[in-house]
Amino acid sequence: MAELGPSGYSPYPVAVYENLLNPPPGKALMFNEIVDEEIAMREAAKAMLTRDNPTIFPGPQVLYAWNEEAREKARLVRKMAEVLGAKIIPMYDYRPKYPKIDPEREINPNHPNLTIWHNNIKACIFIGVHCHYANVALKIIRAETDCFTIAMCGMAGHEDAMITLRDQHTEEIEKFIRIAEEVKRELGK
Amino acid sequence: MQKTEQVQYNRAGQKIVSPEYLLFEAPRTKHFMTGSEVVKEAVKRSSVDASVSYPITPQSEAAHMIGELWVEGYVGVYFRGESEFGVMSEIAGCAMAGARTITTTSGPGTLRAMENFPMWAGSRLPIQLVLMARGINSPLSIQPDNLEVSFLLDTGCMIWHAETAQELFDMIIAGFVVAEQPDVHVPIITVIDGFFISHTREAVMLPPDDIALPPYNPYKAPMPPIDMEMSPGRFLRDPYVMKSNYISYATHTSWQFEVRAAIERSRPYAKHLLRGLIEEFGDPEGEIVFVASGTAAAQAKEATQILIHEEGIKARVVRLKTLRPFPTQELIQAVQGAKYIFVPEFNVVGWLEREVRRALYGHVDIPVIGSPRVAGGMTMPPEFIVKEILQFLGKEVKHVV
Repeated sequence: MAELGPSGYSPYPVAVYENLLNPPPGKALMFNEIVDEEIAMREAAKAMLTRDNPTIFPGPQVLYAWNEEAREKARLVRKMAEVLGAKIIPMYDYRPKYPKIDPEREINPNHPNLTIWHNNIKACIFIGVHCHYANVALKIIRAETDCFTIAMCGMAGHEDAMITLRDQHTEEIEKFIRIAEEVKRELGK
Repeated sequence: MQKTEQVQYNRAGQKIVSPEYLLFEAPRTKHFMTGSEVVKEAVKRSSVDASVSYPITPQSEAAHMIGELWVEGYVGVYFRGESEFGVMSEIAGCAMAGARTITTTSGPGTLRAMENFPMWAGSRLPIQLVLMARGINSPLSIQPDNLEVSFLLDTGCMIWHAETAQELFDMIIAGFVVAEQPDVHVPIITVIDGFFISHTREAVMLPPDDIALPPYNPYKAPMPPIDMEMSPGRFLRDPYVMKSNYISYATHTSWQFEVRAAIERSRPYAKHLLRGLIEEFGDPEGEIVFVASGTAAAQAKEATQILIHEEGIKARVVRLKTLRPFPTQELIQAVQGAKYIFVPEFNVVGWLEREVRRALYGHVDIPVIGSPRVAGGMTMPPEFIVKEILQFLGKEVKHVV
């Protein structure tokens, strides 16, 4: 993400129009810089540990036991929430919500700002959300809120998040939890 | 200890190889083929799951030959739609169910199917459409003309324009790979100029037909495939998303930008598999620069040879392989040093001239001339282009067209 807020003449910022693409394998994108994954993980942990109402938004790819990796990731998400002192609000599917979502309990990719406004969330992690819905939601969050967004993606990443971590599988999530524990100790929390 | 290699085969019994091996490394043999036959050869090596067809000149033969592949066991599902609208809707259903899909169309068929193309893009379906352009007008024409490309430019699909049957072969294979990247995952339209490529024979280098692309993995799709419970795209029946007075403008804005962002994300993948988004030809110091795509680029290359060798005029061609994404930075770089930019085209509106002007505006101060331009099936012999240049430069015209 190059900068927070409007981009050019559009009220909706889109990082690729600011010449940002997803990071190459092994690297991470932090604002408009390609950095080592570890550096991005430290900053992500710091944001989650120091901002108000940090929240993890797990998506269907970790919420449902599709396979062993999903089960393991789900376990790690709970551990991550404990370490970061974060709430978990699921994006459990992408179904139509009528008449509207309950922002206390869920987040919908088409209206993510409602959940963030309602809970006054200042930092969040997207994990296990299908890429299209993560991208749609991250653009809306960037435009409509002051929430610090972190994407932990099993694929190529999401350039509209403030911190993008790509190819995040169990090993990488475990690494993030270890780094979060270190940062927490450093912050005296 | 000796390393063991696991060999995988697709439904047709072809050995699965990497896209790089198939496109760059596998030994190739020479064949003499039409563009339509080349479509068959590319589909044969692409582990395609489904294809839907409908006849319209000049793509009918290619569609027919994909049907032959179904008979031979290379394509999983093949049937004829009720119309082009039916075809493009049915192929979307196949893609939503997680299939690798390809279809073909031409001219008015493209417009009959038009509503589906942005639907494909918004539903993030990596369908491949081979467009054998023939133009759109009344009275109907079946002659070479690529006006329909103009209508497709803003549908949210990637668009690549092949110059030769060889390039069409390579682009079809590369097109699946790029379109199916999880962070891209939008439709790919591979365009050729009908008849010039579809119905003429040329030498084509093909890899063996017992190797093929890895199958499509729909579990990496940015949207989950359709299931028994949910509507496609998971947005139907949501009053905040679909067609209501309570509609969320934020959702629609973000969704539309996301589709365009996906096309932008295709750049590095396309650059790798197409060996660059543009090709430069001729005298690197040429003051006359033709910016063209498809057959117009081929004709401009011939004209460039005449200008250089017979007229002593420094000329070059910047050929655009991709139209979406548009290779803006590459073009700005490539036209440096030019005195005049000519955009030869096979359509009446000059859609490429518009694109070139937009890309260069504010970056370079070089006159862009939308010429020569032919339409309705007229050919554009190299001598015709040369004459245009010579007249523009106030030089004697020796060539008779």
